[in-house]
Amino acid sequence: MKRIYVKEEWCLGCHLCEYNCAFANSGKPDMTEALKGKPIFPRIHIEEGEKICYAVSCRHCTDPLCIKSCIAGAISKIDGIVHIDQNKCVGCLTCVLVCPYGALAPNEKGIMQKCELCIANTCGEPACVKGCPNRAIVYEERGE
Amino acid sequence: MAQYVVIGNGVAAVGCIEGIRKEDAAGKIIVISEEPHPVYCRPLISYYLEGKTNLEKMAYRDKNFYERMGCEVLYGKKAAQIDPSTKQIALNDDTVIPYDKLCIATGSSPFVPRFTGLESVEQKHSFMTIDDMLELEASINENSDVLIVGAGLIGLKCAEGLKDRVSSITICDLADRVLSSILDADCAAMMQKHLEQNGINFMLNDSAISFDKNTAFMKSGKTVRFDVLVLAVGVRANTSLIKGIGGEVNRGILISNKMETSIPDIYAAGDCTEGEDISFHDKRVLAILPNAYMQGNCAGINMAGGSSVFDKGIPMNSIGFFGLHAMTAGSYYTAEQGGELYEEKSEGTLKRLFTRGDYLTGFILIGATERAGIYTSLIRERIPLSSIDFEMLKKTATSTAFSVEKRKQFFGGVV
Repeated sequence: MKRIYVKEEWCLGCHLCEYNCAFANSGKPDMTEALKGKPIFPRIHIEEGEKICYAVSCRHCTDPLCIKSCIAGAISKIDGIVHIDQNKCVGCLTCVLVCPYGALAPNEKGIMQKCELCIANTCGEPACVKGCPNRAIVYEERGE
Repeated sequence: MAQYVVIGNGVAAVGCIEGIRKEDAAGKIIVISEEPHPVYCRPLISYYLEGKTNLEKMAYRDKNFYERMGCEVLYGKKAAQIDPSTKQIALNDDTVIPYDKLCIATGSSPFVPRFTGLESVEQKHSFMTIDDMLELEASINENSDVLIVGAGLIGLKCAEGLKDRVSSITICDLADRVLSSILDADCAAMMQKHLEQNGINFMLNDSAISFDKNTAFMKSGKTVRFDVLVLAVGVRANTSLIKGIGGEVNRGILISNKMETSIPDIYAAGDCTEGEDISFHDKRVLAILPNAYMQGNCAGINMAGGSSVFDKGIPMNSIGFFGLHAMTAGSYYTAEQGGELYEEKSEGTLKRLFTRGDYLTGFILIGATERAGIYTSLIRERIPLSSIDFEMLKKTATSTAFSVEKRKQFFGGVV
């Protein structure tokens, strides 16, 4: 299946992916209305070390620890995509405790959210990939 | 066609069923469920009291789960005895069920000490099952004074769930601190203070020794008046089925890393077992939901002829009270045991990383828990600290501390 992959040597650390993600998942038609002057809760984030930076989002693991660990039975895999049922999630953060990649964080209400590849939102394809100015984030099939 | 039997209908049982079906689409699966409910999320019972979930949302799997998995579920039935020589299970209604492969996923039961006068208490409850919780809910009102015996995970979560629905909550415990099984003294003090600020009263280093109707008589000589009593002293693994036939049992049913018991064709998983804790280098009861699923899944795969090993069990908990989250994992070795401690403290947050030799063995995080799974993975995967930039990782849980090859694998490959 197609997944999101990053090239850290190309990432500029501009954080545009975070804004594009937050906008794509906001449900709002206008970026200003969705993001201006507000704290944003994107489903992708830039990891920054001393000399490196790159974007991290859900890896949609072949054998996801978060699904096995969710105390609410709120995480499942649908057509290869790891999906959170936010209606069932109680915000216990057990998925944060087990994700080896640091790929999940709660939304503004404390309910978990993560990258679901923009499948269900109006963007239709990963907004982070579409908006990356240096093609440091790609969406493609690799090694399966 | 093989006949699989699972005794128990909790999360370990689901792991087992899904494990069996990875290997064998046809074999018959019989589930013996003492509780009259399809599998549900037990840790959510306190969230129900708080109004954060409801009975429908508490279902652990969708309503077609058993049908889709080809399971026959016997509700309200209890396994009374196993006969390993004929490979049969006798139920409490004298039905006999044959098995080819059996999984014991019987969980644990509340441990209730023999308090003098407990029988005189009208409103007393355990807090383990959905029925316990619904009974408790029916017994409270906004004028109730609640006494909870036990300041562990169950007692404290119960308190949080009840807080806005009763008049007062007092928690007593013989231990000198809250959450004594997962927090050290300083971390426990921080959590206790937060709970007190949210209106929970504590009587630590003290516990009830006897009761007379609505009064508890404490070890310290004090008395506590209450309307509703919750007993959350502790739990005991349900091991009797295996003990009864001479299988190896300690505090839980002893299992190999393939989830085999000492008796051929009988596996066990979840809170009833004692499996390897790799942070402790010995067997421990790891009564937490993720391990229950993973052990069950491993058992199921092996029962159905596949090959699976679960050798990454560690204790780990993510638990929040009134908005303050704590995450803990692994084992905390002291200096005398060769351990080292890294600590960061600020207003409202606390981080303790426990290392020994070249390994992270455990951690406690309070308040700031972002990306904690990176720390957990160091314990689970036994990643040598010399292979990563641990100085950086101590300060922030970040994957940038891993080698460039590892990062390529994580974020440029299929994992």
